[in-house]
Amino acid sequence: MNIEITVNGVKRVFEVEPQTLLLNLIRDEMDLTGTKYGCGIGECGACTVLLDGDAVLACMVLAVDADDRRVDTIEGLAEGGKLHPIQEAYLDEGAVQCGYCTPGFIMATKALLDENPEPTEKEIREYLNGNICRCTGYVNIVKAVQSAATRMKGQG
Amino acid sequence: MYVNRHNTHILLGFEYHAPVSVTEAVKLLDEYSPDAKVLAGGTDLIVKMKDGSVRPKHVVNLKWVPGLSGIREKRDGVWIGALTKLRDIERSELVQKRLPVLREAVRVIGSVQIRNLATLGGNICNASPAADGPVALLALDAKAHIVGPSGEKTVGLDSFFTGPGRTILGQGEILTGVTVPRSAAGGYGCFLRVARVSMDIATISLAASAKLKDGTVEDCRLAWGTVAPTPMRTREVEEFLRGKKLDEKVISDAAELASKSIQPRERGRSSGPYKRRVAYGFTVEALTKIAESAGRNR
Repeated sequence: MNIEITVNGVKRVFEVEPQTLLLNLIRDEMDLTGTKYGCGIGECGACTVLLDGDAVLACMVLAVDADDRRVDTIEGLAEGGKLHPIQEAYLDEGAVQCGYCTPGFIMATKALLDENPEPTEKEIREYLNGNICRCTGYVNIVKAVQSAATRMKGQG
Repeated sequence: MYVNRHNTHILLGFEYHAPVSVTEAVKLLDEYSPDAKVLAGGTDLIVKMKDGSVRPKHVVNLKWVPGLSGIREKRDGVWIGALTKLRDIERSELVQKRLPVLREAVRVIGSVQIRNLATLGGNICNASPAADGPVALLALDAKAHIVGPSGEKTVGLDSFFTGPGRTILGQGEILTGVTVPRSAAGGYGCFLRVARVSMDIATISLAASAKLKDGTVEDCRLAWGTVAPTPMRTREVEEFLRGKKLDEKVISDAAELASKSIQPRERGRSSGPYKRRVAYGFTVEALTKIAESAGRNR
């Protein structure tokens, strides 16, 4: 089956099998390996991407369901070699250790700040409860989201 | 570039169908039953297909069928389409205003990412005794709209579930939506659950919905999750409460009755005696909250 997806702003056509998962399409066919494969059953959030702006789990979405839609991955955030404020904030706050969960966290953070530019700590923790990090203990991740919110407001 | 294609959670092949009308979906399901599965949000089906516990030869994707999603106030009540995403229910002003207990139940399901995919119809049709959506809908006296080869019908959600993972849906039948009748919408509501952490499945849950007049219960429903093979209502408690003022004595008597009315397994993820004690506490908490909300609004 042929599907058309706008990947990080660029329209692309792919030939997929019905059982192809969006995650496999992104990693294997688009060669965008920033999006990670974690648990495969919707519990860890490592494969979080934005589908028409909504944070979803690429490991649970059939590629055919992304037909005619917009998919944004971690690779689409930086512009002209300059990191996105969320990426900068994660680096500056030490919110990254092994880094495997980071792309998922950053995409979920993007979705959060797009709909709620000034979240409280409670709102941040609630929104990100579908993303698991086994290194940081989350404190610096929360700080990074708060810092990103401030940076993005400055750009507003 | 080396890419690992040895993804252990890869899906087995199946024949894919994307009907564009309810009639076509029903026809496909009827024709390929029992080898066909309905795909809505996919957050349950895809996991089951990955671990091999479900191996459908045919997958009928309902996402492209128009008219199956949305939340609307209609003449007979509030209608919610089966394909409506849990996240849309959580964010709906109509739901917040008219069906607060449903909003409370839906917002604790999974994560934002899950709720952006999962649908209300899927949450219902999976028929988990622990599902949060159906518990709230039972407390709201919801009706289920079903379409099948022999036409349309509407049944009370309380007769929809027949056991864990089992429903009354017959060959070729699909759930198209639910309606919360006018009589049940707009009351006070409270949703409580015991779960270890967020993202967890409920060990026990209670959805309570009530309408009061001058402090007296006119109408109320208490629905429970994970206390029986299906989500269930405790009608004895509802009848006991009707016409009474929610004072301390009435509330504790109702709680006593509730703890006796639930039908938990004696063993399982938590014990029967434990659930009965929680049922007592939950009933007290829910009715107290409802009484307080009603008191504030008088």
